[in-house]
Amino acid sequence: MAMLSENEHPVKAFGWAARDSSGHLSPFKFSRRAIEEKDVTFKVLYCGICHSDLHNVKNEWGITSYPVIPGHEIVGVVTEVGTKVTKFKVGDKVGIGCMVGSCHSCANCKDNLENYCPKMILTYGTKYYDGTITHGGYSDIMVSDEHFVIKIPDNLPLDGGAPLLCAGITVYSPLKYYGLDKAGMHLGVVGLGGLGHMAVKFAKAMGLKVTIISTSPNKKEEAVDHLGADGFLVSRNIEEMQSAMDTMDGIIDTVSAVHALLPLIGLLKTNGKLVMVGAPEKPLELPVLPLLLGRKIVGGSGIGGIKETQEMIDFAAKHNIVADIEVIPMDYVNTAMERLLKADVKYRFVIDIANSLKPI
Amino acid sequence: MAKSPDQEHPCKAFGWAARDKSGLLSPLCFSRRENGDEDVTIKILFCGVCHSDLHVAKNEWGFTNYPVVPGHEMVGTVMKVGSDVKKFKVGERVGVGVIVGSCKKCESCQQDLENYCPQTIFTYNSHYTDGTKTYGGYSDMIVVDERYVLRFPDNLPLEGGAPLLCAGITVYSPMKYYGMTEPGKHLGVAGLGGLGHVAVKMGKAFGLKVTVISSSPKKETEAIERLGADSFLVTSDPAKMKAALGTMDYIIDTVSAVHPLLPLLSLLKLNGKLVTVGLPDKPLELPIFPLVLGRKLVGGSDIGGMKETQEMLDFCAKHGIAADVEVIQMDYINTAMERLAKSDVRYRFVIDVASSLSQ
Repeated sequence: MAMLSENEHPVKAFGWAARDSSGHLSPFKFSRRAIEEKDVTFKVLYCGICHSDLHNVKNEWGITSYPVIPGHEIVGVVTEVGTKVTKFKVGDKVGIGCMVGSCHSCANCKDNLENYCPKMILTYGTKYYDGTITHGGYSDIMVSDEHFVIKIPDNLPLDGGAPLLCAGITVYSPLKYYGLDKAGMHLGVVGLGGLGHMAVKFAKAMGLKVTIISTSPNKKEEAVDHLGADGFLVSRNIEEMQSAMDTMDGIIDTVSAVHALLPLIGLLKTNGKLVMVGAPEKPLELPVLPLLLGRKIVGGSGIGGIKETQEMIDFAAKHNIVADIEVIPMDYVNTAMERLLKADVKYRFVIDIANSLKPI
Repeated sequence: MAKSPDQEHPCKAFGWAARDKSGLLSPLCFSRRENGDEDVTIKILFCGVCHSDLHVAKNEWGFTNYPVVPGHEMVGTVMKVGSDVKKFKVGERVGVGVIVGSCKKCESCQQDLENYCPQTIFTYNSHYTDGTKTYGGYSDMIVVDERYVLRFPDNLPLEGGAPLLCAGITVYSPMKYYGMTEPGKHLGVAGLGGLGHVAVKMGKAFGLKVTVISSSPKKETEAIERLGADSFLVTSDPAKMKAALGTMDYIIDTVSAVHPLLPLLSLLKLNGKLVTVGLPDKPLELPIFPLVLGRKLVGGSDIGGMKETQEMLDFCAKHGIAADVEVIQMDYINTAMERLAKSDVRYRFVIDVASSLSQ
């Protein structure tokens, strides 16, 4: 008989888990491994709610193994360090994003691209080296290999900083990799949610002109007045879209629903780049002629390596970039998930773990 | 009333044209403009038959303006130069490719990317700056602004060199732009026709390992023994495709039919690049997960600018690269077009215009 989660490991832990594909979360007793020489234990203070958490708890990708404790935008304070830990000490403010392990020996790991390691271990829902399943940040403590722990600079607010650990790196990495990080360039951002609003903030900090492309005209004021976007295009407005053709150096597309690529490709200048960071589960239609005629590309990107994640956090701290959040208590999480499904949040829910996660 | 083709301009010219969407070509008397100050008049010796010629002759893209004289892979000798011409003299061997004009002022033109100019004038089936139609290389002579004429290297064979003016630059340009030139890296070439076979030769000249990816096994011996490919992958062989997963740094996709992209994307390593130079007539299905999970990209490319086309010709001359051709007489052209539609050619027809085009 499979061991009960709370007896798997020696350190008692408590969180909220989904137990079936209804995705409904509820209190859950489990356990964390004993700290090893390279591990860091930290008390979780906040955890962001990423849309991936919702996909996972409902088993929308078909890979969920229940019970699952989601959460991969985790921040907290170090309570214990292993004997060989060099980067952290007790009391440090730290965070963990989407990964807690990788092979450390493949070419990708050696290139600081742990996110592309074929043996990469996700923060939740994946088998760890000891065969047990990893549990995420909707919980009171985390134990993690220091390699995957990110230092949070003192001046970065923890609650608004938590979403950077997934949403932030997910947009920062492609801006750098695809060269869409130079002052004066014109960037389009499709979709104004958790990822989209972070893309606007990072791009503005890098000196780019930013235009948001959205299906909802009612987000315009917010986008321009509050987030600092330079322009706003309603994707269904054919005239607006046509007048903006051939104006953008790149587009970050955060939309996960199936949608048309042709109008977006048309917005790009020659040599322009359309970068997908949302992952629709069905293929999209790719019109080939526009790619050829403008030497344009459609590329993808998925989170980022640890080194780059730290670089992103430091950049955010330097430029005072945090997510726009709605802080919620743990027991609001199911309502939050329902609202997230309807995109009813500006722009990330963050669970106040420390003050609201109470063991049963 | 519009003037007839043979009266539009002062210089008599003769070629073969398609007159309707049957695509059948037959003799046409037409005319070329007076050689202007910046123009070069060229006697055409050979002209390659590009698949685009077939598409346009049959109006498959819906914008053919009949009668159309196709041909944008031509080589010949200079007969006359205008008073401001600096780069060429009478008697020199030259080539003309896909474009004969552009605006010369936009950002693309200023960066030697005339092929991306919004006002590109194509060698045939376009309108020139004087409003008249352009006619291509299935003809005895052509008058071209010197900016769009290429110097044809002495040691390149005329027949084998002609197809480089479209097929050659079409694969050379993306290989440079997308960085497919690092010796030791692994290039896949999907499709082994006019474009594909030149890509194999250029890939080898760049020092790459080259794998031909094809839907049929019958070209394997040819690909390896004659073209020098290192390996050959049949897309319908699941075991071989599985073994090749994640092994290629880049793929040049020359296939024009609608085809699945997922198997090709799966062959790429992390950060791999799939560059499409073929033109399917319908959109392709693009799965996004492989792009996100492997930071891969799909890109396009369209011929190349004049400077780069010259660079490509010089590169081919240096490395002994020419197309594999079947030289034909002008009056074989309709049969050649039928065979081309069935990919029955290794790998480009080239018309011996000078010897066989007679009124």
